[in-house]
Amino acid sequence: MTFMAFRGSLELGIIYAIMALGVFLSFRTLNIPDLTVDGSFVLGAAVSAMMCTNGQPVEGIVVAFLAGCLAGCVTALLNTRLKIQPLLAGILVMLALYSVNLRVMDKRANIALMNKLSLFNVLPGISGDNAKTIIPSILLIGIVLLLFLFLKTRFGFVLRATGDNDHMVRALGVNTDFTTLIGLALANGLVALSGSLIAQYQSFADISMGVGMVIIGLASVIIGEVVFGAKSLLRRLIAVALGAMLYRFIIAFAFELGMPATDLKFISALIVALALSGPVVKDKVNKLGPVMKEKINKLQKKISTLRNHSGGHL
Amino acid sequence: MKKRMMVVALVCLSMLLLSSIAGCAKNKDTSQVDASKKKVKIGIVQIVEHPSLNTIRESFVKQLKEKGFEDGVNATIDYQNAQGDQTNLKTICQKFVNNKYDLIVAIATPSAQAAVGETSEIPIVFSACTDPLGSGLVTNLEKPGKNVTGTSDAVSAEKIMELAKRITPNITTVGALYNSSETNSISVINNLKTYAKANGMQVVEATVTNSSEVQQATTALVGKVDAIFSPIDNTVASAMPTVVQVTNKAKIPVYVGADSMVKDGGLATYGINYTILGQETANMAAEILNGKKPGDISVKTMKDMDIYVNKDTAQAIGITIPDQVLKEALKVFGN
Repeated sequence: MTFMAFRGSLELGIIYAIMALGVFLSFRTLNIPDLTVDGSFVLGAAVSAMMCTNGQPVEGIVVAFLAGCLAGCVTALLNTRLKIQPLLAGILVMLALYSVNLRVMDKRANIALMNKLSLFNVLPGISGDNAKTIIPSILLIGIVLLLFLFLKTRFGFVLRATGDNDHMVRALGVNTDFTTLIGLALANGLVALSGSLIAQYQSFADISMGVGMVIIGLASVIIGEVVFGAKSLLRRLIAVALGAMLYRFIIAFAFELGMPATDLKFISALIVALALSGPVVKDKVNKLGPVMKEKINKLQKKISTLRNHSGGHL
Repeated sequence: MKKRMMVVALVCLSMLLLSSIAGCAKNKDTSQVDASKKKVKIGIVQIVEHPSLNTIRESFVKQLKEKGFEDGVNATIDYQNAQGDQTNLKTICQKFVNNKYDLIVAIATPSAQAAVGETSEIPIVFSACTDPLGSGLVTNLEKPGKNVTGTSDAVSAEKIMELAKRITPNITTVGALYNSSETNSISVINNLKTYAKANGMQVVEATVTNSSEVQQATTALVGKVDAIFSPIDNTVASAMPTVVQVTNKAKIPVYVGADSMVKDGGLATYGINYTILGQETANMAAEILNGKKPGDISVKTMKDMDIYVNKDTAQAIGITIPDQVLKEALKVFGN
């Protein structure tokens, strides 16, 4: 792998890590597989691209985050108020966002941002290639810390408990609808933030750029947890971020080997399926141990009895 | 009780909303019918907003006016864009067929495929279809026979590579960057492979399925190839800014299939003039509206191609474009 490919993958990984943290929030913390992500990622990109064309890249990122929060709120309200299954609620919002995103992008499917002001050339002091590594890194570290502190607050605990066992949380007199709302809003806000950065980083926003983001996010979360561990909360958050980077390196490596992109999707799906089935497989393997031992013991017994019968001639 | 009232109110409201929308649509339709007793109805269906495709459409409308069919005067031109969503294409074409339009103009291959699937009676003129045979639009280019004909924007990988050799002569390995699920790209890439084989070049492929993969696919080619070739590929064209970011840094020339891709930073192309393509399409449409059968008009592949170059990109990667090429170029982008 060339240094350029390495650095490009690293930078992409850092930006996608923010999206992965959003997916972590909905999928792991709230225990909701939120499909809004495919739409809210593009929403963030669309908002930031439009504001970039107006010369407001920094504001664009803030507004993109807020727009993502709003999208998450809609999914949450569909789920909690109108009692639509979370999976379906996410799909509905994702579908609706397709039209919304086109409206945001002024009915164009693609916006190019070449030679426009962006987060990577507007700040004083850092610009050029270094800005593309440093700014996303600072943002990512900040978000990991903020998320950690947030999840450590009283409300954060309730949020995590909602995902673990919402019946119990409700029995304690907590309104889980509200925690779901905030959780999904924040999750999609982070996803949109990641999308807004990608648009400015790659200098374009495209209506189809969000396809498969959920799977990429899930794969990042799972790879991170499996490879880097999930013992404490902080470690988990860091693991998710590193997982997103590792995912990018896997993709870069696949390209390096000349693997066609059409096969990459299958491999992504395979990785997620394998990682999700991990606990079950582990369990089976663990159980396999005693069973084998028993079988071996039985065999040994049989042999020894045979030996006794044959009077030691065997 | 309260809940029930709410539900009733909601249902009433939504019905009101729906009927008002339907009412609007109906009004519009009747007015069209009234005014267009002698007007010909032309439906234009386009897959996505894209500079090249927009040029075709604008030039088509202009040329059609020259030929005596003006929108709002003696013709109604209904332009619909699927915004990149293939399922919209079917809906749009169904609308055209249900309203008994006199002619359907389909811009780009997926639009044409949708239109052909929807009607075998209404004349269809396609434009910007790279491979009309391979994509099943017609079975014979000379004499299409049925209700379909049009113009092809097939570019020759061979011609582009010859231009590439004039600008950057030392190419032994060329990277092919394209979306493996776009049939229009595959035919050009096959053309490239044949050319490469005959000329002792090697082709390294990097395929994508989505614009979000383009950056990593391009970086994977860095260090392996002397130049990158990309056909008129909708996905790569959408992500051209990213491609150029990578290749300018790595100082690799990118040769592309369309002038719009040169405008977005590709180094050069030997490509279609989309204004002329649109005009040719309009000429065909006018012939059909004047009574000629589409089946008797042969599919037109553009013969006159033009050179487009981007000077900014040349400067960024540190090469000078030969004066002769600049002189031949129809358009030089950049300063």
